[in-house]
Order: sequence, then C-alpha cells, then structure tokens
Amino acid sequence: MNAPTRLAEPIADPLLIAGRAYRSRLLIGTGKYRDFDETRRAVEASGAEIVTVAIRRTNIGQNANEPSLLDALPPSRYVMLPNTAGCYSAEDAVRTLRLARELLDGHDLVKLEVLGDPNTLYPNVMETLKAAETLVRDGFKVMVYTSDDPIVAKQLEDIGCVAVMPLASLIGSGMGILNPWNLQLIIGNAKVPVVVDAGVGTASDAAVAMELGCDAVLMNTAVAKAQNPVLMAQAMKKAVEAGREAFLAGRMPKKLYSANPSSPSAGLISPKAA
Amino acid sequence: MILPSRHWRFKVIQLSVNGQMQRVDSDANLARLLEALELSGKRLAVERNGEIVPRSQYANTRLAEGDALEIVVAVGGG
Repeated sequence: MNAPTRLAEPIADPLLIAGRAYRSRLLIGTGKYRDFDETRRAVEASGAEIVTVAIRRTNIGQNANEPSLLDALPPSRYVMLPNTAGCYSAEDAVRTLRLARELLDGHDLVKLEVLGDPNTLYPNVMETLKAAETLVRDGFKVMVYTSDDPIVAKQLEDIGCVAVMPLASLIGSGMGILNPWNLQLIIGNAKVPVVVDAGVGTASDAAVAMELGCDAVLMNTAVAKAQNPVLMAQAMKKAVEAGREAFLAGRMPKKLYSANPSSPSAGLISPKAA
Repeated sequence: MILPSRHWRFKVIQLSVNGQMQRVDSDANLARLLEALELSGKRLAVERNGEIVPRSQYANTRLAEGDALEIVVAVGGG
C-alpha cells in the first residue's frame, strides 16, 4: 500500500523571490572549493536552496570527461542562479546570461553583476543599470549586485529587478558589514527583497545583516575559504536563522550607560540603604 | 601532372571556437563540430556570431568561414 501523499508543508516566514517561496535565507556560491565533493557537502550543510554558478568557455580538445558542477549540484534539486562574474560591460553581462538561459533550459532567474575594476571588483552601477534594463525587457528575473547606494538600489528596483543585492564590503574580502546605515536605508525603501551579497567573513556578519532586516544573505568565500568549509556552512545556516529570528522578535531598546538588574531588587539578605 | 588532393571535394573553412582557430569541412554543421570536439550530449550553450543557437537547431546550423562560436558550461562561482 502506498503511503498517503504528504502535501508540502507551508513554509513559515518564507523568502519570496519572483513569486517563489524559499525556506532558506542563505544563498551560496559554488566557487573556490577544493573539489565538487566539498562543494556539494558545503552546500548541503548550508541548507541553501539557491546556488550561484558562473558561465565559462568549455575546454576544447582536452579532458573531455572532466566532471561537471551540475552533476554535483543537480538543477532538479537546487535553483541555479547563473552570474555574470567577470563581466565589465552591460553587453558582456547580457550575452553571458542569454547563454546561461539556454544552458539551463530557459531558466530565467539570474544574478547580474557588472564590475568596475579588477582590484576592488566594485560594481559599475551605470553599466549595471543598462544591463538590468535590457535583461528585464528580455524577460529575465534579475537579482542584482550593486553598491550600497540607496538611490541606485531604488533605481534598480524601479527598472524591475526582483531583488537588490548591495555589498556589505568588497567581494571575497571577508571584511564584514562596513556600512550598516546605508543597508538600513536600502532596506527601509525597498519593496523587493534585499540580499546582502559580498563581504561576509564569518557567522556573526551574517547574523548582523539579518538583524538589520535584510531578507537574505549571499556568500561564497566566507564558506569556501574557511578552514573547514562544511562546518562554516552549517554555522552560516544557524547565523542566518538566528539573525532572522532576532529581527522578527524585535530587539530590546538600548539603554546607554544605564544598567538595569534582571533579578529583583527587593528581598536581598542584606538590603542596601536606599 | 598535378593530382587533386584527397580533400578536393571538401573545401576547408576556418572559424573561431572559444577564441581558438578551428578548421572544419565547409559542409559541417554545428552538431558535427560538437561531436568532433567530444562535446555532444554535454550540458552547454552555444553562441554563434553573438546570437544564441538553440539546442534543437545544432544539426540545422551550417558553419561559415569566419564564424565566431562561444561554447560555455556552468562552473563554480559566486
């Protein structure tokens, strides 16, 4: 006898991106791991449902049987988020994502990033805006990497991007959240999900981003270049969950320079004179 | 007496694949090129002279002298 069909449980507090609900608020990159097995184990430990991938020229005439990333992370199990890492112009970014859409059988959720210079990998917002316009017109659902400028973030949202993804600090730097004030301005103004993308170094950074009210965090190097990537992936999962819950719970107001005991002041065995 | 070369009937054309020059028979199509490069059946995408070639069209896509092909796959990245 067949087991009764279990309906999918509704997701409490889902992350909504382009009309789809996700359980995990951690998006994870697949670069810089030792091998595909480590990639797979780290992604599993992170609980991420959305994973970023890069699009690159295939090797011609050498090692035809090399393993493929998509064997380790099947698109049937994970939502692929192809990126435009390494693109320095709107045109290159658009071409790359059109190739990605063909590669992934029409999949249209993408991560747009157009870089400004190879030292900082800081986004070129002019080219990013241009590419976003073309891609949205072309039917893509664009999650967009950008600076932490609240005006640009709003413009990208107005163009029709499905998520804005400001940096916390430079890509791969692990410097943490440099400007929580700007992130809060962006969060306060946005009607689409705000995803901190880039700069997270360790679990507390991810928790802080979520406590600020970010909808999700995207990271790669913080996990891949940890001494133990799989353990760090697990830590990041907890940090994102903890930060989200703290945000939803609403923190206590800060009382600067004024302590307040948690235990009763009355009933002490040697009461202090008032 | 000058004998015709073995490939007399096949003109050879040159095109660029991922930035490398490749020589193929002038009657070659994209599906046959991918086969020759041992890429058939792999999950990839092809752009020809800036335009995406849908997978269903590989066998119908004739290659021409000077074509610029990009053949890409998904790799690890953030």
